[in-house]
Amino acid sequence: MSRNGEANLVPREQPTTYYGRPVVKPPVWKPEIPLYFFSGGLAGASAVLAAAATFAGRRRLARRAWAGALAGVTTSPALLVKDLGRPSRFLNMLRVFKVTSPMNLGAWLLLANGGATTFAAALNARDGERRGGAPEIVAAALGAPLATYTAVLISNSAIPAWSEARRHLPFVFAASSGASAAGAALLSVEPSEAAPARALGVSAVLAEEVATMLMRRRLGELASVYEEGEAGRYGKASRVLSIAGAALLGAGRPSAAPRRDLAAVGGALLLAGSICKRWSVFKAGFQSAEDPLQTVRPQRRQIAREGGGA
Amino acid sequence: MSERVGFFTDTSVCIGCKACEVACKEWNQVPADPQGFSGASYDNSGELGADRWRHVAFIEQKLPVGVEGGAPDSWVQEAARQNLVEQGVEPEADEDGFRWLMSSDVCKHCSEAGCLDACPTGSIFRTEFGTVVVQEDICNGCGYCVVACPFGVLDQRPEDGRVWKCTLCYDRLKDDMEPACAQACPTDSIQFGELSDLRERAAERIEVLHQRGHSEARLYGESEDDGVGGFGAFFLLLDEPEVYRLPPDPTVPTRRAGAAWAAAGAAGAALLAGVAASFLAGRS
Repeated sequence: MSRNGEANLVPREQPTTYYGRPVVKPPVWKPEIPLYFFSGGLAGASAVLAAAATFAGRRRLARRAWAGALAGVTTSPALLVKDLGRPSRFLNMLRVFKVTSPMNLGAWLLLANGGATTFAAALNARDGERRGGAPEIVAAALGAPLATYTAVLISNSAIPAWSEARRHLPFVFAASSGASAAGAALLSVEPSEAAPARALGVSAVLAEEVATMLMRRRLGELASVYEEGEAGRYGKASRVLSIAGAALLGAGRPSAAPRRDLAAVGGALLLAGSICKRWSVFKAGFQSAEDPLQTVRPQRRQIAREGGGA
Repeated sequence: MSERVGFFTDTSVCIGCKACEVACKEWNQVPADPQGFSGASYDNSGELGADRWRHVAFIEQKLPVGVEGGAPDSWVQEAARQNLVEQGVEPEADEDGFRWLMSSDVCKHCSEAGCLDACPTGSIFRTEFGTVVVQEDICNGCGYCVVACPFGVLDQRPEDGRVWKCTLCYDRLKDDMEPACAQACPTDSIQFGELSDLRERAAERIEVLHQRGHSEARLYGESEDDGVGGFGAFFLLLDEPEVYRLPPDPTVPTRRAGAAWAAAGAAGAALLAGVAASFLAGRS
């Protein structure tokens, strides 16, 4: 050890790492988790779309959207249980109500939205002339947070590419959810009632583009993980699929009835784009965790900003 | 509620014997984990995880000495070194300039613990000793704590899917015994005690080291002003934290959750508004 002390040592140009090994742990989540981000988003945004369609008297659109919401809320717990390994493990989350844990709040939210959606969907199935009421409002009010809370869940972590995106990821997820809900409804809805879903699909894809761009700008050098490797490939795929879908849907006057097959293809593209988006964000978290400099550099800058440090 | 206890790991006297790793595994019956030859000095056990609750890091440094800087050297020494540099010799810190940093890493038992906040089942709790422990019968293996820890301490055990980490020997504490790693440490690099005592001891130690000219010695995690409210297990380091694979300025994710929730609320409202607007736009 130097008797003269560290002050003599040449200053390092960039942070040193421990044999290049990561500081934080990558997620242990299996592919069920990003699929759940998708299915939860589909459920939440579909509930909003379905409630709006019910109130607007668009019966056929409402039926498709309630079906999409139901598909989402039934798939979601199954995916979570699959990731946990045993059904009873899901119940462990329901022994507490814990505001500091987005995952705990999300479990309650999923149950509450599932109940409200099932109830509202059942009422709509029974009464073909139903014009909406409190159950629809509750399902929609719980659907919007269901579509966005998963962004809070992952940004409430030590993974830099997620944590530093905490102000933008919820918008990305909300837009992607909106696109998926529109896409699911457009798979089979009659052209005469498709207009609101088309408008939602096109505007959600635009919103997703803008939110993603702003997120990358905010992330600065951390954004590289969203552009590289698997995250980058799926991010590009999401973009191509979503924009192609929106272009198909946007062709022609907004109020004109589209060709049913074109709308269905457009809707399928939006769904595929939404899945790819979640996969891209998911993989970006792994890539970010694996690079120790992604962890160290922003913290070094924080120390420099605060003028003190460890 | 007892006095809060913790570890003070003084890495300046760590000899890298790994007795702490072994004692921890023995006492807590932590399963064996596969090891190989890593090529990273004497560190073949890798990292903290479900099956390793103490981990000794080895850092081999051979650092060239700069001729600039606020050195406590005399001008004569300074000039002599400058001379060497001009002759093309790269001077090193005294003798051959080699130093070997060793450090036994462990769960930090943070005052504001990201794992505890994130845990959706309430499985992770704070004990009467102020430590952070996972209750294995309640852990559902969701893995949220794994990404919520700013230090990468927790990990899932693939065999059962649950998460395991240092308990600061919760069972031994209840019987007034010190944790196994601290008891096994032959140089008292790992010191166990009441946190307030440990902080005093650390302050004295750092003063001694600074007086001896080791200005590179620093405490890590002893301050309650940091992003996790201070560690229950803090360290004396001889280089920047990242050299030891420790985050230089960790922050508990919970402190930033407000901004994320606010954004989620706004995004949810935007979704509602967007759907409503689509119906207005879609009206023929």
